[in-house]
Amino acid sequence: MRFADLFQFAAGGLRGHRLRTSLSVLGVGIGVASVILLTGLGEGAREYVTGEFASLGSNLLILIPGKTETRGLAPLISVAPHDLTLRDVDALRERVPGISRIAPVAFGTATVKVGERGRQVLVVGTTREMLEIRHLQMATGRFLPRDVRDAPLCVIGARVQRELFPGVNPLGQIVRVGEWRFRVIGVIAPRGVSVGMDLDEVVEIPVETALRLFNRSSLFRVLVEVRSHTALPEVERAVIDVLRERHAGQEDVTVLTQNAVLSTFNQILGVLTAALAGIAAISLGVAGLGIMNVMLVSVSERTHEIGLLRAVGATARQVVGVFLVEAVLLSTLGGCVGVLTGLGVGQVLERIYPDFPVHAPAWAILAAIVVSGSVGLLFGMLPARQAARLDPVQALVGRQT
Amino acid sequence: MIELAGIHRTFEVGGQPVRALRDVTLRIAGGEYVSIMGASGSGKSTLLNLLGCLDRPSAGSYRFGGEETAAMGELELSNLRRHRIGFVFQFFHLVPRLTAAGNVELPMVFAGVPPAERRERAAQALARVGLTPRAEHRPSQLSGGEQQRVAIARAVVMRPSLLLADEPTGNLDSASGREIVDLIEGMNAEGLTLVVVTHDPLLGVRARRQVRLADGVVVADETAGARGTASGAERGSA
Repeated sequence: MRFADLFQFAAGGLRGHRLRTSLSVLGVGIGVASVILLTGLGEGAREYVTGEFASLGSNLLILIPGKTETRGLAPLISVAPHDLTLRDVDALRERVPGISRIAPVAFGTATVKVGERGRQVLVVGTTREMLEIRHLQMATGRFLPRDVRDAPLCVIGARVQRELFPGVNPLGQIVRVGEWRFRVIGVIAPRGVSVGMDLDEVVEIPVETALRLFNRSSLFRVLVEVRSHTALPEVERAVIDVLRERHAGQEDVTVLTQNAVLSTFNQILGVLTAALAGIAAISLGVAGLGIMNVMLVSVSERTHEIGLLRAVGATARQVVGVFLVEAVLLSTLGGCVGVLTGLGVGQVLERIYPDFPVHAPAWAILAAIVVSGSVGLLFGMLPARQAARLDPVQALVGRQT
Repeated sequence: MIELAGIHRTFEVGGQPVRALRDVTLRIAGGEYVSIMGASGSGKSTLLNLLGCLDRPSAGSYRFGGEETAAMGELELSNLRRHRIGFVFQFFHLVPRLTAAGNVELPMVFAGVPPAERRERAAQALARVGLTPRAEHRPSQLSGGEQQRVAIARAVVMRPSLLLADEPTGNLDSASGREIVDLIEGMNAEGLTLVVVTHDPLLGVRARRQVRLADGVVVADETAGARGTASGAERGSA
């Protein structure tokens, strides 16, 4: 028997039951579409996070006061017998030659007021080097001046400007942060959320002023930019050595490299993607059962036909072939429908949420089609073999034994 | 061409053995026209299924064209049905989604005959049964007599040497039935061995040789020498 004939005969069998065929195609289609969408979401999340961290620059070390055994992520339990201070920052700048820029960071939230207008915002105490390390752009005015650590000056985010100074040039105006007064010297260009921080909704002030404002002795973070990517491990060691020496021999500062953070996120999101794909695979499995059911119904309906095929000389193997090709055709058709649907919905999502790309990876699309074909093969096997095992004599009179 | 010797066929029905055929011995020569008659349950359909290699005997020897079928595997039996045996059924058994021509092509599809040759042979077979104008009609658009003629075209399209007909007129009005009988008798006259199973005496007596079954046993095997002149009947009973 020629394969083209087998194919045509099987396709004819499917055409005979349009509703039933389209429903099982739909079942597989939904399964495949969900595989593609969910892996696309997982991949999109991974790309999004990776992109966020890449925007930090790849030569970054992040120092966090406290040390735990947890590697890669921020420490869960901070044991910080020694503060991370501005003097530590100065010592690092002087003694570690591989450092190109270093920015101390102090954090706190406070109510910022202009007249009666007030707004709860994130207050970041830092230095001019933050501008360069984070590649911030100014919408108007300038950032904190170089070498100024204590001054009643502030730079505000774009939304803070919109809310507190609607239609007014904010430069030179006074805002109150808590009980303190600051003069606005610049507005950061709109940038949106970056690494979990809404840069449009911050007020940046000199670092020492911030420490006093929040009554803190320790910095929250220190961002260290290294001259070259290759020097990163060496600088990391030097930083740890200098701080241990300054902290009475205790290694009480966690140093994160961007690579470590990235690979951790990559791992987490990879697992997430796999989990999502697993959930989607369940729906594909259910669709496979649907195909099996449809094929079993088809076999019992076409008992006469099977008997006839045997009478005109079809071998048992040819009967298996007919029903297997039907099942594979059904599921592959569903696979194609699912891929198109998945990609279409992905496109729509991408249009609605442009920040969060849904990128179904090529391997997922290919795998979806191959897997759906195999689902047909797997779940078509039982019905096909049942068809072939029918006794021709009984089948001709319409009895299944 | 056909030699049955000591054939038994026993079924299990509800744990009880049912002896459908008992010690049947029968020789049918090429070109014969044999009717197998008997009451319902006499074993005539079982005998037909055995002759058509759709079923295997429980005991005994069945030689088809000199070859012992018991020694054949599933593939060889399928091959035998495909090339040497044609079936005509009481209920036609046409595939409803295929046209008349498509139904006639079916045996050739499974035999791997190339499409162009298939179409030509199907057209010839349909012409032989007088259905050329209905070739593209589906079974539901054909009358019972026309459907049976499509089935006959399908049965002979592989040019078999044996045509087995199971109550071929049982589902037809008498006019259509007569047409069908004329058609298959005409094919017999051209040399095709014809075995008709029926409980209709009017159809059965038309055959030169009549085999009667009762309770799975051959009770009569008569050749009506007066009817017809073909020598096959004499050879068969010899």
